[in-house]
Amino acid sequence: MKGDHHIILRVVAKCLIPLILIYAFYVQFHGEVGAGGAFQAGVVLAVALILHSLVFGLTATMRAVPPWFTRGLSAVGVLVYAGVGVWAMLNGGAYLEYQALFFEPPGGHDGQHAGIIIIELGVLFAVSGGLSTIFYALAGRVAEIRDEDW
Amino acid sequence: MWEFILDRAGYWAIIGLMMIGLFIAFSAENLIKRLVGLSLFMTTICLFYVTLGKITGGTAPILLKADMTSHYGSHAAEGAEAHLAAAGSERFADLVHTYSNPLPHVLMLTAIVVGVATLSVGLALIVRIREAYGTIEADDIRAMDIEAAIAQEAQAEKDLNEAAA
Amino acid sequence: MTDAVLGGTGTALINILLLAILFVVAIAIARLRSLFAIVMLSGVYSLVSAAWYILVDAVDVGFTEAAVGAGMSTAVLLGAMLLTARTAKPEKPFSRLGPFIVCLAVGVMLIYATIDLPALGDPSSPANAGVGLTFLEVNWYDTGVPNVVTSVLASYRGFDTLGETAVVFTAGLAVALLLGFGERSLAETLRRSPQPETRPPSVPRDGDAT
Repeated sequence: MKGDHHIILRVVAKCLIPLILIYAFYVQFHGEVGAGGAFQAGVVLAVALILHSLVFGLTATMRAVPPWFTRGLSAVGVLVYAGVGVWAMLNGGAYLEYQALFFEPPGGHDGQHAGIIIIELGVLFAVSGGLSTIFYALAGRVAEIRDEDW
Repeated sequence: MWEFILDRAGYWAIIGLMMIGLFIAFSAENLIKRLVGLSLFMTTICLFYVTLGKITGGTAPILLKADMTSHYGSHAAEGAEAHLAAAGSERFADLVHTYSNPLPHVLMLTAIVVGVATLSVGLALIVRIREAYGTIEADDIRAMDIEAAIAQEAQAEKDLNEAAA
Repeated sequence: MTDAVLGGTGTALINILLLAILFVVAIAIARLRSLFAIVMLSGVYSLVSAAWYILVDAVDVGFTEAAVGAGMSTAVLLGAMLLTARTAKPEKPFSRLGPFIVCLAVGVMLIYATIDLPALGDPSSPANAGVGLTFLEVNWYDTGVPNVVTSVLASYRGFDTLGETAVVFTAGLAVALLLGFGERSLAETLRRSPQPETRPPSVPRDGDAT
């Protein structure tokens, strides 16, 4: 490979990207008990993708995570979120009323926990997919700028 | 007097930062610089909101152990009616610790993420403007637009004269 | 009340330092012409304001600002800058006078308005004694989630968050419709080079002997 000049960069990025992904999921699933949540986790996931494309090239990233996947992910996220509301309505509650998910009295927490975890998954999908789509759209365009403008 | 000023000095500094952002957005002719100014303005407005929710001696709004012991796990055994009756008194907990106001945090958290999404829509429009006009300076684009309009009008007038002749 | 943000000498020093850095960075952005420097400084501004968020107890917002402002929005701005221009034109000296006067007037009016605001950190101010305090009190009974910000975000204000999620999705769609989904460049790169290459098309790298 001719990327010998960037061997350190590549190795460090190869070590860092899995850690960033694990951290994103930690932030996602510990959002209920500590700082963090789905919005942050989605952004961190998108940033891991950007780091991969900066070091290994946009083509390699697009092979690993194709653009149709990111834009589909973002649509699925919104659908998951809206679907929880419909689920609550089918059980006789109001839209997005988590108490109705498992027919609980006020003070019951199971429906709240389940509802929050599922809609946070929806937000994670929507934010990471949407921001990755934005990045692909901007980075995938061929630059037509002159070099002497630098 | 001094206490009054010190109480509000934080607000004044943040308003000053806000105005610098607004000034960049107003005065820059370069469209990317203008968008950077707008995002500065937005960040500083979020700062202002969150600073309003600060409470003296408070901590981050994540409940500490002392505030989550009241009844967790006990409701499964009891009946629903007893719970509804108890809810009035039981629902409002007496907080042991002081927490900052969580509402501005929620509003600004979503505003920041939506801010970056709308910022990228603006940047995409700028990229298209660059491809259509070859420049991203607002005054150049305005001059080109006026030139094109004048040329179009002259052309229309010429066509009209030719048709009349 | 004075101790709200100016609590203790150490905290006061940190506050003054952070605000000073923010001012310096903002003024530098207003004066610079190199777009690369402007974009990088806007990332610095976001990072420093994330530190300020942590100081005023907004850990979630600080985290978001650090990830979004310093990570994502810098990357997006750099991507757009690569496609447009590197430097801004020098501004005419008198064209900035009008905006300056307008901003000065607005700033003076806003500062005049702060005289009626409650002091910084006042626990009994209308903003802090109202619905925010109620959320804190009923949160544990209603949802059983320790992080009040998450429970308000996902449960009490679920409609709001649904709308925000839809906005992010719509923004992604709008950018993709304006600029293309990015697959065309992938196809073009593959057509131009028979063997798979790892060089990003829009990020030039020095010393790469291609």
